Amino acid sequence: MTKRFRTPRGTFYVAVHSLTCAIARGEFCAIVGPTGSGKSTTLNRGHVSVLGKPVTTRSENVGYMFQTDAIFPWKNVLQNVATGPLYRGASRGEAARRAREWIGRVGLAGFEDRYPNQLSGGMRKRVALAQTLINGPAVLLMDEPFAALDVQTRTLMENELLELWSGTSASVVFVTHDLEEAIALADRVLVFTAAPATLKRSYPIDLPRPRNVTEVRFDPHFTQLYQRIWEDLREAVIAYERSIKEITF
Amino acid sequence: MSDPSKRSPSDTRIPEVLTADEQAAEVREHRRYWLERLLQIGVFTVLVGGWEVSARTGFADPFFFGQPSGIAATVWRWARRGTPQGPLWQHVVVTLEETVLAFSLGVLIGVIAGFALGRNRTLAAVFGPYVRMGNAIPRVILGSIFVIWLGLGMASKVALGVTLTFFVVFFNAFQGVREVDPNLVNNARILGANPHQLSFDVMLPAALGWITSSLHTSFGFALVGAVVGEFLGATHGLGYLVAAAQGAFNANGVFAAMVILSVVALIADALVTWLERRLTPWRPSTRARDV
Repeated sequence: MTKRFRTPRGTFYVAVHSLTCAIARGEFCAIVGPTGSGKSTTLNRGHVSVLGKPVTTRSENVGYMFQTDAIFPWKNVLQNVATGPLYRGASRGEAARRAREWIGRVGLAGFEDRYPNQLSGGMRKRVALAQTLINGPAVLLMDEPFAALDVQTRTLMENELLELWSGTSASVVFVTHDLEEAIALADRVLVFTAAPATLKRSYPIDLPRPRNVTEVRFDPHFTQLYQRIWEDLREAVIAYERSIKEITF
Repeated sequence: MSDPSKRSPSDTRIPEVLTADEQAAEVREHRRYWLERLLQIGVFTVLVGGWEVSARTGFADPFFFGQPSGIAATVWRWARRGTPQGPLWQHVVVTLEETVLAFSLGVLIGVIAGFALGRNRTLAAVFGPYVRMGNAIPRVILGSIFVIWLGLGMASKVALGVTLTFFVVFFNAFQGVREVDPNLVNNARILGANPHQLSFDVMLPAALGWITSSLHTSFGFALVGAVVGEFLGATHGLGYLVAAAQGAFNANGVFAAMVILSVVALIADALVTWLERRLTPWRPSTRARDV
């Protein structure tokens, strides 16, 4: 895919250039790169094909988790989680039954009647996870979903995500600027260069599963991987900083 | 934050004994409250008392300026024995009926139009300028036209009220639909919403906050429409009472009708607040009320 933006001076800022990546079924793939490198653009504007068939925005096959809260503030937890099945034609009873099941799975049983503003940031993320996963997506796109959380809550949510994901056959594309998070979660880490975003290198992460994101960080192999990928990422960040100076919007 | 499922919602309670500091703060808060109430009553006493005294001493001729005791007596007389134009409750009911009708119709049409134009760019481009033009007309003038067209009955007052409320609600509904968080819309699309579901399950509830915040203002406008309409030509209603009292050079009567009108408006406003809470239960209840 290619994506350009028009700058105020009339020139084009190429955010993403000729980018293709294939992700295996059930693979957890993390994309890291400097902030503003077009990672999110790739998720939002890219074309996704599942098994060679292109996917439209309204598809059963794709789930998307947003950086900011995107659950509906006027619906309580149960109604929020039941939204997907209802939109896809499930009966009210059926949708509620499945929603309750997922609410239990993300650890929010007993909070069905709460509205989002009565929940903590971590709990809202749990609702968002349940809301997305209840549709059984084949591909789950996540755009820095835990970036706004504090470090402790974030670790909890990462473990939660790994556990829920292991029970599905979904492929995950997880965009983050946090290399530690990327290595701890993923099967493969893709390093992006910035402006235009291209794939710099792909690193397989051969840490054993099931993983605990807190413990895996103390694994010597984790440190090795971190150092190797960081070399690459640092170059990308430096290159990006330089390119920004040259553009002067 | 460990495991939300194991934490009961009400576990964050603090022992109910207050510390000395907290007690002192509470006492100060209490004093402050009563001082404010006292000052409030003081302002009322000075204003109304001053009026009464100047009326009695002849400084302000009560024939033209009225007199608080006279106004109170008039209200009391009307409530007890009815007005020269018939029982008081009849006038109140007529005015309220017109207001509620105008309010309901205006809100309904305003929401539908605002929503349609907010959702459809072509409609907005075509009708937008005309709506703004309509809003620029001083609509109270239309009251005279409506009396000519629709007669002295209820219809002309309702029509005037509708033209007043419609625009307030319209612009709020329009803006509300325009300003829906794009993340919510995208999320709904990915979750599988079709355009119909997007409209009524996402856009409408999201805009409801904007719409309900316009209800106070628009209810006030509906009341203005009804009273001005009655004032211009009617056989019943509080506005008609004002016009009749004016015709009889009865200043106390004009003020008495005004007092009754204010009380009715305050009660109605409280009802609208209640309606607002019912419509948006997901909002925190401590929300500051817009005036």
